[in-house]
Amino acid sequence: MGFENFGTVSFTAEAKVADFITQLEAGKVMATRCRKCGGSYFPPKADCPKCLSSDVEWFEVKSQGKLASYTVVNYGPSGFENDAPYILALAKFDEGIQILARLSRDIEEKDITIGMNLTVSPVKLPEGRIAYEFIKG
Amino acid sequence: MEDVAVIGAGQSVFSRSCGESIRELCFEAYKEALEGLDITGNDIDASVVCSAPEYDKQRSPSGLISEYLELTPKPTFYVETVCSSSSTGLRVAWSLIKAGLHKTVAVIGFQKMSELSSRDAAERMGRGGDIIWESPFGITMPAGYAMYARAHMARYGTTEEHLAKVRVKNSHYGVDNPKANYRKELSLEAILNSEMITSPLKKFDCCANADGSSCVILARGDVAKSISKTPIWVAGLGAATDTMTMAGRESLTGLRCAQEAARQAYKMAGVKPQDIDVAEVHDCFTVSELLAYEDLGFAKPGEGVGLIENKETYADGKIPVNVDGGLLSKGHPIGATGGSQIRTIVRQLRGEATEAQVKDAEIGLVHNIGGVGQYGNVTILRR
Repeated sequence: MGFENFGTVSFTAEAKVADFITQLEAGKVMATRCRKCGGSYFPPKADCPKCLSSDVEWFEVKSQGKLASYTVVNYGPSGFENDAPYILALAKFDEGIQILARLSRDIEEKDITIGMNLTVSPVKLPEGRIAYEFIKG
Repeated sequence: MEDVAVIGAGQSVFSRSCGESIRELCFEAYKEALEGLDITGNDIDASVVCSAPEYDKQRSPSGLISEYLELTPKPTFYVETVCSSSSTGLRVAWSLIKAGLHKTVAVIGFQKMSELSSRDAAERMGRGGDIIWESPFGITMPAGYAMYARAHMARYGTTEEHLAKVRVKNSHYGVDNPKANYRKELSLEAILNSEMITSPLKKFDCCANADGSSCVILARGDVAKSISKTPIWVAGLGAATDTMTMAGRESLTGLRCAQEAARQAYKMAGVKPQDIDVAEVHDCFTVSELLAYEDLGFAKPGEGVGLIENKETYADGKIPVNVDGGLLSKGHPIGATGGSQIRTIVRQLRGEATEAQVKDAEIGLVHNIGGVGQYGNVTILRR
């Protein structure tokens, strides 16, 4: 399985990093690390442009992240009309990576503060789709 | 080094719906650029056509535009960096002239966004991000800039009112620009009370999708002097990129691509931010103009709000910015925008601006950004 069921609307399916989806189905959000030079990547990369190696390994993003910024999107593009309003957020993690995702609908707008603690977690969407989202803590 | 000049610059009226084809739209800008010059299409050695794909159905539009303007058999090239396509086109044209391949090159930018519904246009812009990793979350252009706005507010105490004051200024100048789409003066209250699009950006913090074209004609120095009484010299060029993903950004309080492009352009021109007499910056959103004040060095990081609070970016201020109304008033036909900004600065430096004219402007700057800070372009022009 590739990225065909990833997010609200997916635009392409095939990628060498499609194992990401298998692991997401299994409850883990993963990033890649180059076995040769140690470079870590999110979004995951199958190849390391630093040392030109394609010997990369998966590691789980387990740390607590911090909210860098967010926005409440009231006007969704085509394909996302029925999702709005939704909250997009960027969070920074100890693994030296940042992730863009939505905030869980459990989090109310009034409770959001820049710098708040978040973790990233898989989320099942309607019609067999899957993504990851930020949850509190 | 200043041996390439702008000899002509034109644009169409920017409107919500032009009711004509892209080739006809391009003709309007081309005509204005050539007017007053003692040359014809025969004297143009090459063209660079700039737009973002997927708004209209035409593939390879450079060939089509070239035919309509009767520029065949001269070579034509298609260039794209989303919203900064025509600034990138200008850089390519400059390089073609400096390399000795061509003497006179037309840079033609266009976009006909009315071919799509507003939601479909937003979807296209969303795919101007990373389509595997970020577009599936429903990211949009305003959402990306809204995250910059929120981060700037958290770090520096910038407020929604500060953002709105940028629109107050730009709406004031848009009134007098016959090429602008939005020509009404807006009050602070009207802006602050407008519908929330993607927090903290409201309807009037956002520019409008538009149809429009621009054309800038560049020539080698000796040719420019023989054709034009008032060549405007390309003194500095800067271009840089940042990551396609939001996840890759080191900072959300400034655009790194703009900072780097500005550094290059100032160095090449041998000038400093305080030497700039008039600037056109990429105000696709109100926050984008505030970020530009800081990224261009007109203010220190976090102090850009002081410029708008003290009206220093008005026409009679220390550093006039977007005194043609900016993208917020003109509208933003993305492929045409950079050329329109160049046109405004050319008119300012020639003393021909029919909107607010900055007194004795000698050095002007254009800041044109593609995507949510993915492509940064800064051009410095000199009388």
